[in-house]
Amino acid sequence: MSKIKTPHLHGLWALTNRELKKWYKEPVILILSLIQPILWIGIFGKAMNLANMFQGASISIPGLTIPRQIIDQIGNLVLKETFGTTDYFSFLAVGMLSFIVLFTSMSSGMTIVWDRRLGFLGKLLTTPVPRGSIIISKVLASIIKSLAQATIVLLIGVLLGLRFSFSIAMPAAFLLMYLTLFLLSFGFSSLFLMLALRSTRWETQMAIMNLLNMPLLFSSNSFYPISYMPWWLKPIALANPLTYANAITRWALIGVTPGVSIMVAFAYLVAFAMLFAALGITLSWRFLSL
Amino acid sequence: MSESVIIVNNLTKVYPGGVLAVDHISFEVKEGEIFALLGPNGAGKSTTIGMLTTALRPTEGEAYVGGFSVTREPAKVRSIIGVVPQEFSADEDLTAWENITLIGYLYGLPRDEVKRRAEELLQMVGLYGVKDKKVETFSGGMRRRLEIAMGLINRPRVLFLDEPTLGLDVQTRAAIWEYVLKLKKDYNMTIFLTTHYLEEADSYGDRVAIIDRGRILVIGRPDELKKSVTWDTVEVEVTGPEDTIRKALSGIRQIKEFTFVDGRLVVKVSDGPLAIPQIVNALSSMGLEVRKLSMSRPTLDEVYMHYTGRSMREEFISKEEAFAMRRTLRRARS
Ligand SMILES: Nc1ncnc2c1ncn2[C@@H]1O[C@H](COP(=O)(O)OP(=O)(O)O)[C@@H](O)[C@H]1O
Ligand SMILES: [Mg+2]
Repeated sequence: MSKIKTPHLHGLWALTNRELKKWYKEPVILILSLIQPILWIGIFGKAMNLANMFQGASISIPGLTIPRQIIDQIGNLVLKETFGTTDYFSFLAVGMLSFIVLFTSMSSGMTIVWDRRLGFLGKLLTTPVPRGSIIISKVLASIIKSLAQATIVLLIGVLLGLRFSFSIAMPAAFLLMYLTLFLLSFGFSSLFLMLALRSTRWETQMAIMNLLNMPLLFSSNSFYPISYMPWWLKPIALANPLTYANAITRWALIGVTPGVSIMVAFAYLVAFAMLFAALGITLSWRFLSL
Repeated sequence: MSESVIIVNNLTKVYPGGVLAVDHISFEVKEGEIFALLGPNGAGKSTTIGMLTTALRPTEGEAYVGGFSVTREPAKVRSIIGVVPQEFSADEDLTAWENITLIGYLYGLPRDEVKRRAEELLQMVGLYGVKDKKVETFSGGMRRRLEIAMGLINRPRVLFLDEPTLGLDVQTRAAIWEYVLKLKKDYNMTIFLTTHYLEEADSYGDRVAIIDRGRILVIGRPDELKKSVTWDTVEVEVTGPEDTIRKALSGIRQIKEFTFVDGRLVVKVSDGPLAIPQIVNALSSMGLEVRKLSMSRPTLDEVYMHYTGRSMREEFISKEEAFAMRRTLRRARS
């Protein structure tokens, strides 16, 4: 019998690599997952651009013609007041970054269900790879996928007319964006993996995802600012990690004044990621089984 | 005397929901032995393997593999065992090579070593030529061979095989057994397997444990088991008055009973090879001519029947059907 090293890191990377291979070798799924955020950008950002309601027309009341420039100025004021920027398209496109991260991270739970159904998990559990590594590898893979997909959404956003207006130096702004999305993905991947630890039916997992994705999206500032929400939605939006991720990325990339301090928002995301990662890994050690 | 590499003590599993799948079983497996757990569908074979391989937590009792407790030192147990599960476990989306090397890394083996062993094992099971093909394109036999290769990547002391030949055709089954016997010989590996093929348990198992409804009914060498509960059957074609035949056979100790069926004499004896010459001699000495003679030995099914009152063969049909259906469903889904 040959000498065997501790299987921690070897196994962790091998498992992460497996998840990634399954992902990039199947470009159809990759492309499909990008359709939704791009559709949102297209529909809300271009076709139904809310900004058009405030811009681009002159009002003619008999005897009183308000010149177009003035209307635009008023419109821009209102826009600025509402969204923190006059560029609703950019506002939305940046919001889609956290959206794609949420959706990509969510589906990590599915991979456990499939691994269980297809016998792979059973095999894993008889090897000396630590239980925690199984979960951590899935979280890692999910983060890498999320960040890659977010990058694609960002590029498409730029192609469609996203205009940057950095609040800090450009490299720092992008670094902050990736850090933010990393934390968001970390938390959501752990959360959804945790929900799938014992699940044997992918239908259940699907239902959980469908139950949570739209409410999470619409109870955040992804489409419109919190100040325009009904009173009952505000506390939910304020608890929603997406809100804080959007606040940071919009501030860094397109100069939108955040509703909260950036430090607080960042701290909130760190806490969110740590809490669910710790929970997920601890529970998997205890409960991950056939 | 060789040592016990597996020791099982009152091992019990109750699934959530109250199914008593394994009911206080105890046995030992010696180093270098092929130990076969034989039993019908739902008897608790996979559950037993699950507990011995640390994938399932026992509800009660304890088991030691290679001297390590499966409940208290699972990591140590995992590092010395290889497992070939009943269900295919390879990742369909990956190639044979990616699958086997992945498992190698999970054992913490260095890269070069993993590659060397993977190459050697894939050669052994005859899959080296298709190592870069996705597993989803593999036939049942190829998959099973890959699973066996994957189960050997850590050079385990004990190899667990859960129904290694389930659903395979006769040739593939024979080929799989060739590998298993070679492994036993080359590495002096202990092999713990479950099967529902009576013939396989009989001809390859050094010892067999018959399990039914979570309980082990009997353990022993196949020939001993058969001898202990049943007799060889000798059929003789002989002409002559029944009374004379009766008289001729009366002195032979090995004979348990005999009957006349369609003009043939059917004799149940405790040791066929020993009894046959005596039967022939006795009949000849009475002037009776033996025209034809055949002997059939009992199978483990008779042993099973002796303990349960049921035949195992019939119960397997449904199992195979269910398996075939599952496979078809899986194919359809992917
Ligand atoms: N995960 C499970 N939950 C509940 N019952 C189970 C589970 N797995 C198996 N069983 C039940 O336990 C019994 C033994 O099953 P199993 O060990 O798979 O038998 P075998 O491998 O001999 O066919 C069966 O009655 C089966 O239905
Ligand atoms: Mg079974």
